[in-house]
This record gives sequence, structure tokens and C-alpha cells, in this order.
Amino acid sequence: MKFGILVNEGPFTHQASDTAYQFTKAALEKGHEIHRVFFYHDGVNNANKLSEPQSDDRNLVRLWSDLGKEHDLDLVVCVAAALRRGIKDEILAEGFHISGLGQLIESGIQADRLVVFGD
Amino acid sequence: MHEEDEFGESGVVKRFMYVNRKAPYGTIYALECLEMILIAAAFDQDVSVVFADDGVYQLKKGQDTKAVNMKNFSPTYRALDDYDVEKIYVEKESLEARGLSADDLVIPVEVVAAADLVEIMAAQDVVLSS
Repeated sequence: MKFGILVNEGPFTHQASDTAYQFTKAALEKGHEIHRVFFYHDGVNNANKLSEPQSDDRNLVRLWSDLGKEHDLDLVVCVAAALRRGIKDEILAEGFHISGLGQLIESGIQADRLVVFGD
Repeated sequence: MHEEDEFGESGVVKRFMYVNRKAPYGTIYALECLEMILIAAAFDQDVSVVFADDGVYQLKKGQDTKAVNMKNFSPTYRALDDYDVEKIYVEKESLEARGLSADDLVIPVEVVAAADLVEIMAAQDVVLSS
């Protein structure tokens, strides 16, 4: 199956991004396709490479980035949500890129299922 | 716009439903959800919008946001009609529990019981909730 993934929360206040990451990883391991991972609302904070969790904590920014590299994932950060939160090209972790909400709609159209992770 | 051309050519129309469950201020969900709705409509998708739980307050007439230093974005819901978003549902139980009626809202809506909303929701291709 082809999945679109929408991540609506940042890496720390909520579990949503962790769950989305685990879902995406499991889907790929089962041989499913991930059309795109779209980051909206505070989800744009998952792309901030300046984030420095404590050393005994998981680093979700890096995990998404590594998963993206491994599977050539399209990790898209919403431009409008990103700008108001100070997420810009110069602080994007590797593999993420900034684009418009149209990319989310396209994922809804192209994917068999769009799965939303949020509060 | 590049993206628009891309979708225009594909010509695929899906049923997108947006479920608004949160109050208009206090968190950013309502405002950013409205931005999502307008984009889906701009890409000529079959859009419907639901307001339930505290989400019904998003449509309340007479919002005065000066004291919380936020922009009152409730007039923007009137633009939905310009984007041909005409399927706007408000959950009956949520409205009644808050002492509101359709007359209290800034746009015309269809008031639907939760049990009937379930069926409308089940008929969608994409459901986005925030």
C-alpha cells in the first residue's frame, strides 16, 4: 500500500512524531511505500537540526533524517507553518525540504491512505 | 503555480474532510486547519468541513479577540463559499451542549447528529482532524 504521512506535532511535547516515525519505519519494513511525510503545525520542529536532546534521549530529528536518507523519503516541511516558527532552509536537517501545503493535498490524492499523527 | 498545474493535469478529485475539534484561540490548530481547507479547495478537491466539540466555537458570531491579542479570523470562514466549499457540518450534540444554535454562527451550516456524521465521514477518501 502507498501511505501518505502527516505529522502535526513537534518531537517533545507530544508522542505523535515518535508514533509516526515508528509507523513509517514499520510500513517500510513490511514493504509498503511511503509517498511523502508532511510536517505541519508544530510538526515542522522535527526538521530543526539545531535541536539538541540530552544524550540519553532519542534524537527524533536525526532519526527522521536517517530514515529519509535510507529510504529516499520525501520529507516536506510546510512553508507557512515553518516560517512563523523560525524554521528556515539554513537550519533544516539533512533530507528535509520546505514546500507548500499543496504537497499535502497531493499526498492525499496520490496515496492510498493518508495517516494523520497529532494531538 | 507549478503545483496547481501538476494537479490540474492529473484531474483526480478526492473527498477531503476536515474535522475541527478545538476552540479557535488558545492553540493554533483552528487557524492552521483553515489554511489547509482553503488550499484543498484551491486544488479543486471535494472538500467538506466538520465542526465538533469546542470546534463549534470557531464559527461563533461576535468574537472579540482584542483582550487576548489575537487576530479574529472568524470572518475568513465566509470565504469558504467563494472557494465552493459548501458542505459544512456542525455536530448537533456539540452545539446543544454549548447552548448554541445555527443562528449563532457566522456562516450557514448543516446541523447533523453524531450518528449521521459517522456515515458522512465513512464516505470520505481523506479525513484530516485537528
